[in-house]
Amino acid sequence: MADTMELRDIEVWDGNMAASHALRQVQVDVVAAYPITPSTPIVENYAGFAANAYVDGEFVMTESEHGAMSCCIGASAAGGRVATATSSQGFALMVETLYSASGMRLPIILNVVNRAIGAPLNVNGDHSDMYMGRDSGWIQLDAYNPQHAYDLNFIAFKVAEDHDVRLPAMVHQDGFMTSHTAQGVHTMTDEQGFNFVGEFQPMNDMLDLDHPVTHGVQTEEDWHFEHKARQQHALMTAVIPKLEAAFDAFEALTGRRYNLVETHQMEDAEIAVICMGTSVETAMEVVNELRATGIKAGVVGIRVFRPWPMEQLAAVLKDVKAIGTLDRSSPHGTMGMLFNEVSGSLFNTDTKAVLTNYIYGLGGRDLTKAHLVGIFNDLKANMDAGKPTTPLQQYIGLRGPKLSFF
Amino acid sequence: MMSEIKKIKNLKEFSTSADRFEGANLLCPGCAHSIIVREVLNATNDDLILAASTGCLEVCTAVYPYTSWDASWIHIGFENGSSAVAGAEAMYKALKTKGRLKQPERTPKFVAFGGDGATYDIGFQWISGCFERGHNMMYVCLDNEVYANTGGQRSSSTPIGASATTTPAGRVSYGEKRNKKDMMAIMAAHGAPYVAQVSPSKWKDMVAKIQKGFAAEGPVFINAISACTTEWKFAPEDTIAITDLATDSLVFPLYEIINGTELNITYRPKNIIPVRDYLGAQGRFKHLFTKQYEYLIDEWQTRVDLKWEQLQRREEARV
Repeated sequence: MADTMELRDIEVWDGNMAASHALRQVQVDVVAAYPITPSTPIVENYAGFAANAYVDGEFVMTESEHGAMSCCIGASAAGGRVATATSSQGFALMVETLYSASGMRLPIILNVVNRAIGAPLNVNGDHSDMYMGRDSGWIQLDAYNPQHAYDLNFIAFKVAEDHDVRLPAMVHQDGFMTSHTAQGVHTMTDEQGFNFVGEFQPMNDMLDLDHPVTHGVQTEEDWHFEHKARQQHALMTAVIPKLEAAFDAFEALTGRRYNLVETHQMEDAEIAVICMGTSVETAMEVVNELRATGIKAGVVGIRVFRPWPMEQLAAVLKDVKAIGTLDRSSPHGTMGMLFNEVSGSLFNTDTKAVLTNYIYGLGGRDLTKAHLVGIFNDLKANMDAGKPTTPLQQYIGLRGPKLSFF
Repeated sequence: MMSEIKKIKNLKEFSTSADRFEGANLLCPGCAHSIIVREVLNATNDDLILAASTGCLEVCTAVYPYTSWDASWIHIGFENGSSAVAGAEAMYKALKTKGRLKQPERTPKFVAFGGDGATYDIGFQWISGCFERGHNMMYVCLDNEVYANTGGQRSSSTPIGASATTTPAGRVSYGEKRNKKDMMAIMAAHGAPYVAQVSPSKWKDMVAKIQKGFAAEGPVFINAISACTTEWKFAPEDTIAITDLATDSLVFPLYEIINGTELNITYRPKNIIPVRDYLGAQGRFKHLFTKQYEYLIDEWQTRVDLKWEQLQRREEARV
């Protein structure tokens, strides 16, 4: 039996420490991991918990991220609670196995501390790895600060392990900006945290020796399509209601509220930015200042990246006149992902907002309040003109000459 | 309940003693893979948790909605059968510690199967990681010296002079140019408690080694010669005869290495057959029997003699 840890009601934790404690409190059975900046402390903290009897599951330090996720898949199929953490290049190395985990319907939790992907090599935070995961069949939840990184882990386990879902889930946080920035984090007791998720309920577990099971079969054109359709069906129909129920239950327990789409000052907003990660909180500050000058600005934060909350997003943006989508990942040859997703979400609605795209913060470049004020000025001009007054895609915070497309 | 060493009296009993790997599979007629798998599985009465890397065995035994496996089995990808079973073994240990095993009195064995492509080449890093970490598992390489599942491309187990589709014999090429990687030495160098080379045709030797492997604590590596009727180009009914030529010519010597150092030769052919006879029985070496490339056969014989000499000296030295 693992020892209980007494926590203060509010601990000063960075995002990595917050995630580590969540993994400890849900008493993961197997953590198989490989260290990579900036997620390394999650693994180190967990190793410390194991070395001091605060966890009694297995901790497997593998030879690579691919090996880590491979072990996680074997462990999850064997029948127990499984989690790991990674970033960037390590995430990229895992990609093959991410598709295996979701295709085999294994509820593994992966903490992704978002970081740029080389070349050029870069250890700082952007969303390239998060975006790379978006077609892999995982649930993707996005934290904006250490508190979220803590809370969303519990929600991820609860939803992923639900027998109606059985899909793996990622909890994202921004490299360094969240992972290494200490803030006050409201905690649950070990008992509260564990009970919110509950005992792991195995299904098709290899270790049920009386009921052998075959995992990871071959299907060709005869059945592959149906398998993928079932996976999509689960993501599209089961996950959203389970997430909403988990958000409600979590609010009842802690008083902290999460939503599929987070909003700030959106009730009467005429112009809005849509972004993810730490940028959401920076944008909230800017909006508060703009509101004081009479500008009806708002912020939309994507909390659930996959499955994409299409209807909820369309509802939030219904009356907005100009929208700026802010992507922290190089789109490499097209518009930013958020621009495309938001366009798709609004296209068949009555909303006729002017939509523009901003690429920012690659490789950990700061997004400043001044940048955001500039973006809101663009959006106001677009609203007044009823059409784009700027190029559709602009690079923000870039050194040298301005860069824009379309 | 401690697991007991299964007593095996004769081949008939052995070949029919358990059916956890069904005859209903899609492997080629004459494929040695199924023979090897049955000999491994039938060597124990314990429960089995199995994994396979992508390859002939995997694609031929778990085609939805069918399975040939009456034991829990998992496949992820080409390179990670070892890690899959290592993960399952870690979960077993965790649930044992936490008292959540459904059948706590039973002691399952963890076995991963992979071809030589999955073992010598693409999966090597994962296997090395599993062995370094000391998982309690057995890794069985079904060594047919070629990427057979994808149509006969060379691997680092393909021996010199073999014609493979990516190293074809031709007017100016005798086929594969590199010597077969010495996987046994590499795995022994991990300090594994038990490493052995086996042949399905020498079934008593093989079952003894598998049982030693199951009795060992820690990672066990088994390299099994798997004569491939399709890519080695011999008649399907000759699988066992070809396999015997490999062991009796000493091209594929049978030995074990305990704790990384103690080497024992476990089979000494009464009549050592010339390597030429082994090569001559297979289409993949046909081009060597020409004036242009015949010198390679002599080189083969010299190499095999030298390796046999080395093995005997290692055995005598006991280090």
